[in-house]
Amino acid sequence: MKHRLIFTSKKLLRMALLLLGVSLAAFLLMCASPLDPLQTNVGQAALGTMSQEQLDQLEDYWGVNDPPLQRYLGWLGDFIRGDMGTSLLYRQPVGQVIGQRLQNSLWLMAFAWVVSGVLGLTLGVLAGANRGKLVDKAVRGYCLLLSSTPAFWLGLVLLVVFAVWLGWLPIGLSVPIGMDAASVTLSHRLYHAILPALTLSFTGVAGIAMHTREKMADIMESDYVLFARARGESARSIVLRHGLRNVILPAITLQFASISEIFGGSVLVEQVFSYPGLGQAAVNAGLGSDLPLLLGITVVSAAIVFGGNFIADLLYGVVDPRIRRGAARG
Amino acid sequence: MNHWNGRKRAVILLAAALLVLCGVAAAGALAADQAAATDFTRKNLAPSPAFLFGTDWMGRDMLARTLTGLSLSIRIGLLTAAVSALIALCLGTLSATLGGWADGAVSWCIDLVMGIPHILLVMLLSLAFGKGFAGVVAGVALSHWPSLARVIRGEVLQLKGAVYVQTAEKLGVSRLRIARRHLLPHLLPQFFVGLVLQFPHAILHEASITFLGFGLSPEQPAIGVILSESMKYLTTGKWWLAVFPGLSLVGVVLLFAAIGEQLRRMWHPASVHQ
Repeated sequence: MKHRLIFTSKKLLRMALLLLGVSLAAFLLMCASPLDPLQTNVGQAALGTMSQEQLDQLEDYWGVNDPPLQRYLGWLGDFIRGDMGTSLLYRQPVGQVIGQRLQNSLWLMAFAWVVSGVLGLTLGVLAGANRGKLVDKAVRGYCLLLSSTPAFWLGLVLLVVFAVWLGWLPIGLSVPIGMDAASVTLSHRLYHAILPALTLSFTGVAGIAMHTREKMADIMESDYVLFARARGESARSIVLRHGLRNVILPAITLQFASISEIFGGSVLVEQVFSYPGLGQAAVNAGLGSDLPLLLGITVVSAAIVFGGNFIADLLYGVVDPRIRRGAARG
Repeated sequence: MNHWNGRKRAVILLAAALLVLCGVAAAGALAADQAAATDFTRKNLAPSPAFLFGTDWMGRDMLARTLTGLSLSIRIGLLTAAVSALIALCLGTLSATLGGWADGAVSWCIDLVMGIPHILLVMLLSLAFGKGFAGVVAGVALSHWPSLARVIRGEVLQLKGAVYVQTAEKLGVSRLRIARRHLLPHLLPQFFVGLVLQFPHAILHEASITFLGFGLSPEQPAIGVILSESMKYLTTGKWWLAVFPGLSLVGVVLLFAAIGEQLRRMWHPASVHQ
């Protein structure tokens, strides 16, 4: 038990350091930006007509004049105390904005994550078990095509087909336009999330399918599968008993590693469908030079990604007893 | 069919793919003027023999715009993939040969870069370089190296442990000579395949980031710009504005992926059977 605790605390410490690095890197990048937040948000024409006092006030609001180090340390101090600052665009606490947006995004991403994982694993196992046959070729072609297709274009095409031509599904947003918040039901939300969730599900399938296929093909050539064949086990039982158990471990790691990819996809997909999620907030924050919000989103999303990797590491030990014992011995 | 072995087929496929890509790039450069020409007598035309991809709301020929956008994408893809592969090569070999704290630092950087969702990182980098052409190139080039750097680091570590390298060291062969005679021949094919396989990613991310508004300016007919502009007109049924440019982008990315695959076939014949 002790080694597990040491392992876990080491991982957590590394994660905290990485998060610190992420926030610093994101902050420095935004500081290095030559784009003037006043120009982008107020506009040249409005700036020209303002008095010096108004300009000073605005510069103060957007924090243009403070030295970067002082700003970063100030941000960090507040962050540790649980305050992520105030979004300059939305004029709400960053934590609140992220919380609201994450609610919309999270189950979109969760749905896509589960679907793409199950689909990728199934396709990979099918292709690997039938290597060289038609199924394998079809899956490989499908994966190649999928990984070459930009997610946002796929979204546009689905939008044209299902929303414009067939008119089955809404064109965008997460709730019907002009409806007050109280009368929005769960079915409305589901109805609006179908297309974005579907589009997002396609990202991430290719990677996991191809890796699983390779692993599965190796297993099918191993001695224990040969022996199982000689004993007269059916192909179905070989795949389920010997293949799947060995394939599931790398698949779990990959699936948790794909969280970052799913998040990236959600940024694009939310933009296409005007879905008010975290990704759309990130784009708005970036375009509007909203430093606190973008910094907050970057740190939160990085925390989600690192958290995913961390869970994968822990699951490794749970799923595979060999690793547990190996760690105890080492 | 005996003389059509896999190697010859790979060379021919490679040449064909390269030829098509060069053709697209050249056609795009030639069609740049035509892509910007507006003509309000022919606006919003659906695809027809005269305008294969249709025209947009300003009467611009979508075929010319798509070709120009693709050639822009190809050029940016080449540039960014080359830069990021070079970064990967330098950092990968450095961390494997120096070891110790340098190795730790590079690994930490890799974890850091991989921890930020990719699109978000490209966004931040592009902002830091002031968006536009410089922003896209810097954003894509500086964010794509970690996975290749990891591969190269692993490869160099493995080579360093190989018996023939250790023997050469014991025989007093100079480090430079070992690097040139023993390490480089193994590393180069891996590096080039990695480089070519970066193109598809680079092109897709360039298009994505431009689509989001952090990339090339709206005056340039990049694929991302075309697609983001088309969003305003899709709901009125002008599907051709989005479908064909995106489809051709997929085609170009597939060609790059095919080139990478064929190169891999030629350099690592054994890997084809995996």
